Amino acid sequence: MPTEYLCDQAYTVFWRVGSIFPCGTVKPLIVEIEALTKVYETKLRVVALDGIDLELQQGEIFGLLGPNGAGKTTAISISTTRALPTSGTVRIAGIDVVKHPSHARRHIGVVPQFNTLDRSLTVYENLYFHCRYFGFSHAHAKARSLELLEQFLLTERKNVYPAQLSGGLAQRVQIARAIAHRPTVLFLDEPSAGLDPQSRMAMWTAVEGLRKEGITVLLTTHYMEEADSLSDRLAILDHGKVLALGTPDELKATYGAETIFDLKLRSHDDLESLVTVMKSRPEVTSADVTPEGVRLIATNADGFLPMMVQAAARYGVRDLGITEPSLETVFIHLTGRDLRE
Amino acid sequence: MSNQSPVAPHSLGAGVSLKAFFGLFLRDTRVLMREMLPFLLRVGMQPLLFLFVFTFILPRMGGGNPMAMAGGANFGVIILPGLMAVAIMFSGIAAVALPLSAEFGITREIDDRVMCPLPLWAVALEKVCFSAIQSMVAALLVIPMAYYIPAVPVRAQIHDWPLFAVVLVLASLLAGSLGLVIGSTVNPKQIGLVFSILVVPITFLGCVYYPWAQLDKIRWLQVGVLFNPIVYMSEGLRAAVTPQIAHMPWWAILTALVFFTALMGRLGLRGFLKRVVS
Repeated sequence: MPTEYLCDQAYTVFWRVGSIFPCGTVKPLIVEIEALTKVYETKLRVVALDGIDLELQQGEIFGLLGPNGAGKTTAISISTTRALPTSGTVRIAGIDVVKHPSHARRHIGVVPQFNTLDRSLTVYENLYFHCRYFGFSHAHAKARSLELLEQFLLTERKNVYPAQLSGGLAQRVQIARAIAHRPTVLFLDEPSAGLDPQSRMAMWTAVEGLRKEGITVLLTTHYMEEADSLSDRLAILDHGKVLALGTPDELKATYGAETIFDLKLRSHDDLESLVTVMKSRPEVTSADVTPEGVRLIATNADGFLPMMVQAAARYGVRDLGITEPSLETVFIHLTGRDLRE
Repeated sequence: MSNQSPVAPHSLGAGVSLKAFFGLFLRDTRVLMREMLPFLLRVGMQPLLFLFVFTFILPRMGGGNPMAMAGGANFGVIILPGLMAVAIMFSGIAAVALPLSAEFGITREIDDRVMCPLPLWAVALEKVCFSAIQSMVAALLVIPMAYYIPAVPVRAQIHDWPLFAVVLVLASLLAGSLGLVIGSTVNPKQIGLVFSILVVPITFLGCVYYPWAQLDKIRWLQVGVLFNPIVYMSEGLRAAVTPQIAHMPWWAILTALVFFTALMGRLGLRGFLKRVVS
């Protein structure tokens, strides 16, 4: 009993200090976001972040999932010293980003949503000068750049200018550049936006590769598959709030163990009675009228599907969409709407 | 690579920032070296043509040409410092305002440099300093041109070297700061317009083609141009390079140059920070 108590104490102390775990698997906290808010006081008052709290441990890949306008990019902008919070704090490797922005930047690597490669420099020079900005000597910068070109399969394109690169290649150069100075944490803002599927896969592989280097990664995305397959843990963000936090499996188990049935019906008369009937079934968690018919969230038990189709038959079933338990269903469960709506 | 050296928090000293500043400077040097010929053409073309037309062609046309008469035999001497001021000014704008405006507006290339481990004001300062070096090269190029091109060679008469150095440096920093103001406030689409409505007027009214003292016949203009920073660049160089021509007292020139550099620097930095941090 006393041992456990001591362990708890030690746990708390070391958690704060961010040191190595004496009683378990506590890893140093690399990103600590506390009660972060950002309000844009323009003509329309926009609350981009409404008090979010997040903690990232060393070496994890953390996904911020949410629709456009959820506040993902704002969270990244503040964490990377590019925007000032209205209130709250962000610490990167223990350094307050508002109080010591240039200190914090040493620990930060960023891949922004847009291609911000230096158009006046070649691919090699983009990496080389980035290293020089971070205080590398000529020899050290050169060695690191060549190493990165090899790691990201860019050696052949060493002397090419960014304007001649495809979107996928440019993205790879941006990731290489962002980690060139060996940051503690890498921020990837919508890394696969605008990439073709093949480049997206290559980008995923590159991000997976970072795991080996022990870099902590925070990525934002509105692609479910990306969040699901890349993240160790993820937070679902909407309207500037964290709605849920956990590993993809935890989230699916907690919120999304149900299937979503989208019934598109020919006749929309008296849909309410169908909704009432469906709601009375034990499998059904929710049933709502949609513009095209009815949406049910339910456990897909044996016999449920035929029963449902039969019940809806008199409205004329035009189409039936089934979304299996996934982050998508988690999101719909939490927000009542599709991620892409 | 797993051999990350653990960086103790708050260990960032001035050394890191200085290295970053040096890195930015190296980057700009690399880009400039690659574009040496366009750079020389850009800074050299205007004074070259100006000297060629006004001090070579027109004087040869003799008394018959009213333009040549208007300038007078001394015209070359009057415009040598003026052309240096113009070279400084255009260099400052071409080196800061044009790239910055594009980097902010279209390409966002500035992002990588803004994420360097140094204070943001230092990123802006680097731009201004690097542009100042280009401005100085541009101004110095005018001196040999003024010697070789005109029908009657115009010799720079620099007796007071410290004054010349101080004026050259201050005028170049002022031009860079003005470039920072324009580059961080004007969007790339309107940059051409800014040239027409701002850069060209302040150049023409900047005592480039006439000494300030001779404006005494148009008193309102003589007072009005005192708000134009280019006047002090031209007059300062006039005091340093062609002291035989009437010019403002050196203390007034230096005070005004320092004042305008500080003012433009402040405005430029404010605009820069506004664009970089939201």
